[in-house]
Amino acid sequence: MSKEPIKKVSIVVSKGSLDGIYPGLIMANGARMEGIEANLFFTFFGLHAIVKKKMDKIKIATVGNPALCVPDAMGFALPTILGAIPGMSAFATSMMKKEMEKIDIPPVGEFIEMIHDAGGKLYACKATVDMFKLSESDFCPQMDRVLTVGEFYEMSADSQIIFT
Amino acid sequence: MPYKTINETQIEVNDEGYMTDRSQWNEAVAKTLAEEEGIELTDEHWKVIRFIESDFPEKQAVPGMRRMNKVGGIPTKDLYRLFPNGPIKKAARIAGFPKPVSCV
Repeated sequence: MSKEPIKKVSIVVSKGSLDGIYPGLIMANGARMEGIEANLFFTFFGLHAIVKKKMDKIKIATVGNPALCVPDAMGFALPTILGAIPGMSAFATSMMKKEMEKIDIPPVGEFIEMIHDAGGKLYACKATVDMFKLSESDFCPQMDRVLTVGEFYEMSADSQIIFT
Repeated sequence: MPYKTINETQIEVNDEGYMTDRSQWNEAVAKTLAEEEGIELTDEHWKVIRFIESDFPEKQAVPGMRRMNKVGGIPTKDLYRLFPNGPIKKAARIAGFPKPVSCV
């Protein structure tokens, strides 16, 4: 008997760094490309991915990120104290963005639009929206609506839930 | 390796239905492969197929969604409308190319 294919995924994006946000976006877009229904739920700092003023300013953490190496993933580890030098995070981010561009990974704003156009749904977590005192106008137009965690579970019936 | 016969032409396909020898591909083959996906090819579909054909040699790969947008000038929405439930994979299969390997 062949295995039952995945039909629907709900992906939770909870972190606001570049490496916190992209995996969820790539997985959601990849799901749509396979014909899998995809819902994205942005919570805590992950919400920055759909906040107009923040979405294209997402950065890599250069402090407290022991995996970070220069000049690439196989280079020497960047001591966290050097990561604290002003501009380091922006520099590391721009280096990584160049590499991402080469393999056609779009900037966050464009990626969100792509997922939305692909039929993926984008939701904001109500608790976070209240905590950050955000309103509808702070979000990109692709954001479908604000959801409570209960609504998120209802919406995720019959789906796989992925937390990133 | 399975074979298929389309209008008296034999084509070689792999287990997932992707053609393994593109020299066997022609418009009639594309039409039949599209019908298997429940798609009737229109000029818009052909625009996508022609773009994959023209773009493939450069990277030896089927263009991903973003490349379709940026280089091919074909919007995401159109791709999902033309080839529902898996636009790049379906377009690649119909166009006689291998299964796409891009993640985006």
